[in-house]
Amino acid sequence: MTKIAIDTPLEAYAVRLGDDALVLGHRLSEWSSNAPFLEEDLALSNVALDFLGRARMFYSYAAELRKDQTTEDYYAYQRDCREYTNLLIYELPRGDFAFTMARQFMVDVFNLEFLTRLQKSSDASLAAIAGKAVKESTYHLRRSSDWMLRLGGGTEESQRRLQDAVNELWGFTPEMFSMDELESGLLAEEIAVDRAVLADSWDSQVRSILTTAGVSIPDSSWQVDGGRRGLHTEHLGHLLSELQFLQRAYPGLEW
Amino acid sequence: MAAPQTIALMPAEQYAVETARRESAHAQIWDVLDSVKDPEIPVLSIWELGILRGVKMEGEEVVVIITPTYSGCPAMDAIAEDVSSALTAAGYTRNRIEMQWAPAWSTSWMSPEGRDKLRNYGIAPPGEQALCCPHCNSDEVELVSEFGSTACKALYRCQSCLEPFDYFKNL
Repeated sequence: MTKIAIDTPLEAYAVRLGDDALVLGHRLSEWSSNAPFLEEDLALSNVALDFLGRARMFYSYAAELRKDQTTEDYYAYQRDCREYTNLLIYELPRGDFAFTMARQFMVDVFNLEFLTRLQKSSDASLAAIAGKAVKESTYHLRRSSDWMLRLGGGTEESQRRLQDAVNELWGFTPEMFSMDELESGLLAEEIAVDRAVLADSWDSQVRSILTTAGVSIPDSSWQVDGGRRGLHTEHLGHLLSELQFLQRAYPGLEW
Repeated sequence: MAAPQTIALMPAEQYAVETARRESAHAQIWDVLDSVKDPEIPVLSIWELGILRGVKMEGEEVVVIITPTYSGCPAMDAIAEDVSSALTAAGYTRNRIEMQWAPAWSTSWMSPEGRDKLRNYGIAPPGEQALCCPHCNSDEVELVSEFGSTACKALYRCQSCLEPFDYFKNL
C-alpha cells in the first residue's frame, strides 16, 4: 500500500489520540495470560479492549475525514515509528505489575480530565467518542487508584516496586500537558482540549493518592518529550514489529 | 406517613427510541430484529439490551442503527453479522448497519423484561437499589473482580450460598 500524507490538522489530531490509545492498549494486552492472577488477567485484558476500541473510533473518524479509500487499519498497520505520534509514556515497556499500574493510574487521572473536556469539543464526532470513552476511564481510574493504595500499603517489596515505577515514569508525565502548534490551532476553533490547564488538577490528584500510598514524589527536574514529533524511545519499534508483523508480511490479510 | 415512593423515569433517549419504534412504519423489521440476541448473553435481544437504536429505509435499503456497549466490545462485529443475516433471511436482502456513538449507551436503557431475564440467567442486573445474588437473593455479596468474563460485567461471590456470579455493571 502506498503511503498517504495526513491532510488536515483535524485528521492529525484524531490520529494522535488514536495512537495514544492503540499503543497503550497493546501494552496492556501483553498481560493477557501473564498477569499475576486470573482476575487481574481479565481486568487488564478488558481495559486493553477499551483502549483498542478507543483507537478504532479515533482512526475510523480520521479515515472518514479523508474521503478516500483509507481505513482505520492503515493508521495501525502501515505507518512506521516516526509516523506514530503517541506520547512517550504510552510506549514504555509494561515493566512489572507495579509499573503497569502506576502508568495506568497517571494516565487515567489525565484521561478523565481530558475526555471530560473533549466532550464539549465543537467537533461533534470527537465529542461523541469522548462521551463514550469517559465512562470507561472513570471505571479504570477507580481500579488503578485502588491499586496504588494496595501496592503502596502492601509489603516492603510492593512498596519499593511502586516507588521505582513512579520515579521512572515521572519525567514522562509533563508531555501530557504540552501543547504544540497543531493543538493550539485546533483549540482556537474549540475543537481541541487545552492540555496545559489540566496540569494543576492532575498534579494535586496524583500527589494526594501517591502520598496516601506512602510514595514520595520524585524531583521534577528531568523531563522528556518528542512523541508528537515522531521522536520515540527505542521501545516503540519493537512494539510495532509485533503489532504490525502479520499485515507487513501478508498485506491485506483477513481472518 | 410514609415517604412518597420515587418512580424512576425512563431516560429521555430511551423514551425517544421506544416512541420511534411504536410509531415506526417498519414494525415488521423491528420484529425481525427481536430475534437477534447478544452473543455473550443469549437470553437478551439487542432491543432488550438497549443497543438497537433505530431502523430506517433509504430507498430499497434497510438501515439499522446500533450502538456498542463498551467501545472495544468484541461482540459488535458478530452482532452486525447476525442483524444482517436475520434481515436477509426475512427477505430484506439489501441492508446496512450504521454504528452510532452518541448518546453513549447506558445500562439505564435496558428494559425491565431484560433485567428479569438477566437475573433468571444468573447475572445480577445493573442499577438495582441493592446488589443481590441472582441465585438466592441474598444481599450478602462481595466483589471478587472489577472485571468478569466480558467488559460489561464484574465478578461477585455470594456469602450466603457461596456461588460466584456475574454482575452487569452500571454504566
